[in-house]
Amino acid sequence: MITSFLLKGFDRRVTFAVLILAVIAVAVPCFNLYLPQNHPLHVPTYLVQLWGKYAAYAMLAVALDLVWGYCGILSLGHGAFFALGGYAMGMYLMRQIGTRGVYAHPILPDFMVFLNWKELPVTWYGFDWFGYAAFMVMFVPGLLAFVFGWFAFRSRVTGVYLSIITQAMTYALLLAFFRNDMGFGGNNGLTDFKDILGYNIQADTTRAGLFFLTVLAVIVSLILASAIVNSKLGKVLLAIRDAESRTRFIGYRVENFKVFVFTVSACMAGIAGALYVPQVGIINPSEFSPANSIEAVIWVAVGGRGTLVGAVVGAVAVNWGKTWFTGAFPAYWLFALGALFVLVTLFLPKGIIGTLSSLMARRPAPAGTLNPKPAE
Amino acid sequence: MDLAKNSLLYLDGVAVSFDGYKALRGLSMVIEPGEMRAIIGPNGAGKTTMMDVITGKTRPDEGEVLFAGSTDLTQMDEAAIASLGIGRKFQKPTVFESQTVRDNLVLALQGDRGTFATLFHRLTGREATRLDELLETIKLQDRQNELAKNLSHGQKQWLEIGMLLAQEPKLLLVDEPVAGMTDAETMETAHLLRKINETKSVVVVEHDMHFVRELGVKVTVLHEGAVLSEGSIDHVANDPRVIEVYLGR
Amino acid sequence: MLHSARRLAARAFAPLLLSFGLVLAALAWLPSAAVAQAPIDAALEKLTTDSYSDTIDAIQAIAVSGHPRAAVIIQALQGGQLAFSAAEKKVYVRVGNGLQEAGSGAATAAVPADLADVRANNRVRGIVSAAMGTLTLLNPDPARRLEAAASVLKSRDVASLPALEQALGRETDPAVKAAFAAARAAIVLNKADASDNERVAAIDLIRKRGGQDALGLLRGLPADTPKRVKDAAEAGAKVVETQLALWSGAQNVWYGLSLGSVLLLAAIGLAITFGVMGIINMAHGEMVMIGAYTTFVVQEVIRAHAPGLFDWSLTIAIPLAFLTSGLVGVILERTVIRWLYGRPLETLLATWGISLILMQAVRTQFGANNREVGAPSFMSGSFDIGHMSITWGRLWIIVFALAVFAALILVLKRTPLGLQMRAVTQNRSMASAMGIRTPFVDALTFGLGCGIAGIAGVALSQIDNVSPNLGQSYIIDSFMVVVFGGVGNLWGTLVGAMTLGVINKFLEPYAGAVLGKILVLVFIILFIQKRPRGLFALKGRSVEA
Repeated sequence: MITSFLLKGFDRRVTFAVLILAVIAVAVPCFNLYLPQNHPLHVPTYLVQLWGKYAAYAMLAVALDLVWGYCGILSLGHGAFFALGGYAMGMYLMRQIGTRGVYAHPILPDFMVFLNWKELPVTWYGFDWFGYAAFMVMFVPGLLAFVFGWFAFRSRVTGVYLSIITQAMTYALLLAFFRNDMGFGGNNGLTDFKDILGYNIQADTTRAGLFFLTVLAVIVSLILASAIVNSKLGKVLLAIRDAESRTRFIGYRVENFKVFVFTVSACMAGIAGALYVPQVGIINPSEFSPANSIEAVIWVAVGGRGTLVGAVVGAVAVNWGKTWFTGAFPAYWLFALGALFVLVTLFLPKGIIGTLSSLMARRPAPAGTLNPKPAE
Repeated sequence: MDLAKNSLLYLDGVAVSFDGYKALRGLSMVIEPGEMRAIIGPNGAGKTTMMDVITGKTRPDEGEVLFAGSTDLTQMDEAAIASLGIGRKFQKPTVFESQTVRDNLVLALQGDRGTFATLFHRLTGREATRLDELLETIKLQDRQNELAKNLSHGQKQWLEIGMLLAQEPKLLLVDEPVAGMTDAETMETAHLLRKINETKSVVVVEHDMHFVRELGVKVTVLHEGAVLSEGSIDHVANDPRVIEVYLGR
Repeated sequence: MLHSARRLAARAFAPLLLSFGLVLAALAWLPSAAVAQAPIDAALEKLTTDSYSDTIDAIQAIAVSGHPRAAVIIQALQGGQLAFSAAEKKVYVRVGNGLQEAGSGAATAAVPADLADVRANNRVRGIVSAAMGTLTLLNPDPARRLEAAASVLKSRDVASLPALEQALGRETDPAVKAAFAAARAAIVLNKADASDNERVAAIDLIRKRGGQDALGLLRGLPADTPKRVKDAAEAGAKVVETQLALWSGAQNVWYGLSLGSVLLLAAIGLAITFGVMGIINMAHGEMVMIGAYTTFVVQEVIRAHAPGLFDWSLTIAIPLAFLTSGLVGVILERTVIRWLYGRPLETLLATWGISLILMQAVRTQFGANNREVGAPSFMSGSFDIGHMSITWGRLWIIVFALAVFAALILVLKRTPLGLQMRAVTQNRSMASAMGIRTPFVDALTFGLGCGIAGIAGVALSQIDNVSPNLGQSYIIDSFMVVVFGGVGNLWGTLVGAMTLGVINKFLEPYAGAVLGKILVLVFIILFIQKRPRGLFALKGRSVEA
């Protein structure tokens, strides 16, 4: 059942993207590790790290596209799920530091010693064990999404109302994580990681391995998301997006479907965050900032919402542009980003992939492409 | 209570108000199994609110709404009521525009509506046969793989009726099915509804008196949220109260 | 209450009243000073005996004499500048190199041969400083006398009782008199030889006065106090406590209303653009920010060219801020938003982009740091009502927020533009069929909402840092207020803003500012679950369809 379900995910576009990603996942680490520095195809480590970061963003974008592109839930709080996953991973990495911290405390992370804490808070129990941390990476964002979604969708909060309360959610978490007494490092967050699963986090091989894992995670999430949207449940999601109350009158419990897809998406975002943290070496409350979440939305919009592959393309393109811009014209990046928001919504509502596929395909666009004016 | 027990749909003393505005004030009505009923009434008489109450979109402030003699509809949500076998067709045709005609019908097909059931759902041979039958009934076999948004207005109406049939409901609520249709299409729709009525109960809300006459069924006249008159089309057309509030103007 | 009312009035006629009050005080002072002339000579003579106990008697006598030179003499003793001649039985004050007669202040040329300093030991010094306290009880300035009363109330020094009683008998200012009476009661309450009746009467008086000090007095009785007095004190303390709780509640409500008015100002423009027009404008906060920067520019220009107009700077900034933000709004509507009508989620994204551009533009132009916006004189200072303190700045902002709200209601209900706006938002096609130029009305309505945000910026520049990020801190709150109050309902926005403000301030003491804010957000999120369409939802078929 699961195999046939997942096989449905391989439509033409996704298969193509998966192949390219698979090549990247293998080639980039190999070119980094096995080609000599002066070789024209050698990939320097800083690029592996940077692209690994893009890949984590791409996964977040896929998660967001699943809820926004296919179910019409514009979440302005996906950054929160991403950050929660990141914190769960960060807590594992903190516990791995052990006595190598500045205060060399065998159990307590540095910031707790600094705050004069005597005992490890209950929330930190078990995070020294990778399996538990990996579980929490999905469980915490998933639980938050489930509880939040259960409340919100059951009382039929939709459209911009939902967007605004998701933004309020991440804002509330931002404020909460800034507090020292929350026990997550306050303002400074978690950093100074040493190793992951026994491998030195700074080592080239570890970085290459993390890159490979992250791209692999993008591939898996693409296939999974694609399988979901190509199933009958995917049709229900589209139906909800286009005509919610009609879907109810056909007999579907709209809120259950929304909670399901929202939770799946949040778990995905959590994993993305967990892969992001060891590569950038820090997680702090600013990841909860509403601006981050809404920036992720624009990746999806640029790539083309409701296309999944577009989310990957958009996340990479926008972040590559950001890296380039902040290097070349630092003062103008926000102008460019702002203009991107405006121009994409006005002139490229289907995004890159959506526009390309409607240009290329003579046959009717696949079911996923967006209906320009929502029916409701 | 016998009245309720033997009925398909039983409304008694239903009242609904929105911020002091009384949309329904003590509406009582009984639909027998297999019956087709036409409901008419001027704007604001409470027709759509009545549909909302029956399908669970609006909860009544007071009154009883029973389905098949015993099921209390006021305690259920839209999805549950739809699963019981009450289908609703809206005034404005609402199909799922960005999906194909066939997928629209797949969505409507009777079956398990649970989240995981739909996630792992695979179309069975029986379902495929049923789909083909439905496509034939609504004459859209040739366009089954086109997006619903590319259909004409009339075709969307038919697709929606097809989706209603796919749910295999016991009772159909049809809101102004012939609004914006040509005379020929109107007659054809009346024909279709009568055909549907051979196996299912139907409640039709309509403004068009010709169409109601064409249906030739018992008529209920609503006025200000309650039943004003009930009977054959000739009976209500000659009721002086009906003439005063609705027909005579 | 009388006191505070007087203070209020004083605000308006401050200069006039102040001079008038001074004259009155002076008049009240003069005759008593004349009467009190006699005993000081005897006291001065005692200072010439060179005995500590005589010196002490003398100081105490001088302190309560009310003699105009009393302060000079005692101060001189404190500073080692008091000298005497035993032979002449005269006391002198050293002033620079010369001498003054202590009693009259007349300069003396002849320096007595046996001139010696009046000596002081620790006991004398203690008495001297107590006497200084007593002296201020008789100061001509009522404000100083109030301070003195407060310090006596704190010290409860039995030694100051005679001076206090004398001052009390002479006092004419009712506020000062009450303060003296309370201070006296405080001393009596703690005096070892006071009778029970005296103490109970004192408790009664302290209870009537109320306040934190009173509570401290009533609760701080020594252990050996008779039961009757103790019971009376406990009962009195309970009354004071209730009273204090009420006042602190009132103060919280005030803070809450103050915060609420800020929220109202920030949200009210949004109530138009989001609530009435249904446009979700994420750049709303930046309209507020533009208004604040307009204020900054206006003040810079005034500082450079017409410093005398500074008190008018806000008045000048209000229309300019309205126009600037309104204009930006109209341009925004015409160039971007009108293409996105009916697509709220896209509007959200596009306006977010606009907000990034506006923020960065301001950052480029004015720098990323906070800009200093000054407060005109009428905005500074504070006054008391009972046991709560009210700052003028906050009061003006509340008044201003309500005025803007009222003006907006009037515009919407009573002007042709308002009528057209309501017509267009309720039924666009019908309005357009009736000859209303809907695009024009759209642009103006949006401009109005943004202009009001600009006005809010003028007010917010007074209480918040004027920086490019100013708007960001209000956008979520503003949306919360509008959604909480019920979209499309201006009164809902008013009630929503005030309710959230008050809830926030009541939570703060228990949860702290940050946690309080989080709790409010959680509360709203839960509230929206319960009533998805806000406090004052428009209900009905058409809305839910």
